Amino acid sequence: MTNEEIKTYITAHASEATFDETGEWLTILIESNHLKSLAAVLRGQPMQLDFLFCLTCVDFKTHLTMVYHLTSSSNRNINIVLKANVNSADPIIETVSDLWRTAEFLEREVFEMFGVDFLHHPDLRRLILEEDFKGFPLRKDFDDPINMIKL
Amino acid sequence: MYTETEIIKDNTDLGPDGELVVNMGPQHPATHGVLHLVVTLNGETIKKIEPHLGYIHRSIEKMCESLTYRQFIYVTSRMDYLSSHINNTACALLVEKGMQIEVPERAKVVRTILNELTRIASHELWIGAMAMDLGAFTPFFYAFREREMITDIMEDTCGARLTMNYIVPGGLMYDIHPDFQTKVKAFVKQFKEKVTEYEDLVTGNVIFQSRTKGVGVLTAEDAISYGCTGPVARASGVRCDIRKIDPYDAYDRVEFDEVIETAGDSFARYMVRVKEMNQSIRIIEQLIDQIPEGDFVGKTKNVLKLAKGEFYQRVETARGELGVYIVSEGATTPHRIKFRSPGFSNLSVLDHIAKGSKIGDLMATMGTLDLVIPDIDR
Repeated sequence: MTNEEIKTYITAHASEATFDETGEWLTILIESNHLKSLAAVLRGQPMQLDFLFCLTCVDFKTHLTMVYHLTSSSNRNINIVLKANVNSADPIIETVSDLWRTAEFLEREVFEMFGVDFLHHPDLRRLILEEDFKGFPLRKDFDDPINMIKL
Repeated sequence: MYTETEIIKDNTDLGPDGELVVNMGPQHPATHGVLHLVVTLNGETIKKIEPHLGYIHRSIEKMCESLTYRQFIYVTSRMDYLSSHINNTACALLVEKGMQIEVPERAKVVRTILNELTRIASHELWIGAMAMDLGAFTPFFYAFREREMITDIMEDTCGARLTMNYIVPGGLMYDIHPDFQTKVKAFVKQFKEKVTEYEDLVTGNVIFQSRTKGVGVLTAEDAISYGCTGPVARASGVRCDIRKIDPYDAYDRVEFDEVIETAGDSFARYMVRVKEMNQSIRIIEQLIDQIPEGDFVGKTKNVLKLAKGEFYQRVETARGELGVYIVSEGATTPHRIKFRSPGFSNLSVLDHIAKGSKIGDLMATMGTLDLVIPDIDR
């Protein structure tokens, strides 16, 4: 599938999706409440993007952006970046851990590092940080009292 | 003498269905690092495994946001410390891709040789440690004999035995040691003679086979769904070698086979690593006499600045696919950096494949996943 074919296919299923081709791979931007349905479309036939190789979040100060890097195990040349903006004050997004099991751990990491709440996640607990840790360390407004680099 | 232990028979200590919760780690000889597993048992059968991470979490991703594009490479050597060359390569390649820096041919070839030597060293250590976890002590010494030769080569050329920090954006930090080629050839010669010893000691061992065959079976679908990469996924028949999919450095001009096994059990994962070492030797043999003369580092600006945008670079480490994702705002430091570490995804599958097996098999299952804890915690 070429990028143009992918774009037509996605527009047919999610008309509100926008595209960005400036990067190395085709980037799809979608509103956070439509993310789950688009993710299911990408996971299913004929796209079959069954390999979620990177899931992370980026803090742009005004908002947070969830970033999903997807590829297909049968054709690793297709790489798609799926993005959804969530607001910083009350970030909520639907989980994708039922589509890609690897998301279960990755979303737990994003949950504790950025404070993003994943709806319908099977086991949303802290994975790396201690229970009594306050704040979301990977957010831009987090400042560690003991910053080893700025010392 | 044993009357005191009978207190365990008291049902109040056990969970609702006679469950027993055992803490494995963070100080456990077989986890080779500070991994803490909370294992729920029913008798000897594993019902659930919950990994508790963070004992060696240094928040490398946050640290890198304050470091320049020349500095952040040194931190990545401390992630997967057994593949530090390959981690450095990933970061250097990303900066080179972002800034369109030409890398001299000499640097490309040397990088590829060093990456493959690192892979062999990592697999050697794994084989020794894995056999030791299963009760065989001797293979450890055999494996370290050859690994020592590699660390000596690294020490000559890079000045360090573990955290090399030798690969920088643009090429190499300095030129290779004059004895580099002779020493690598001596290593290749010795390794080819001695690799049969591992096979005799471990592969054909009846005890080793009965402890690993059919243990911790991972299907191809699950390997893909859990994001497994590297030898773990290839043992389940998933083609995922980044060196083939997206060749970098000199991998596009060498011939090697992507090792695939289909059984998906612990023994298959062992076989993939043994065969991979032979493929690495094949790559080194093709390149060691072909190191071109010339510069070892390309021309770069003093201050590196990545253009505004997003960059992703993936490489194949000894454990699987390492991804570096950088969001740049055009400054000298990254706005956000994410390391997609292979160990993290490989660990997430542990609960799934060990469930229902006996606790004695957990060592074999966990050992063959080849977990490096600093790589998981970052």
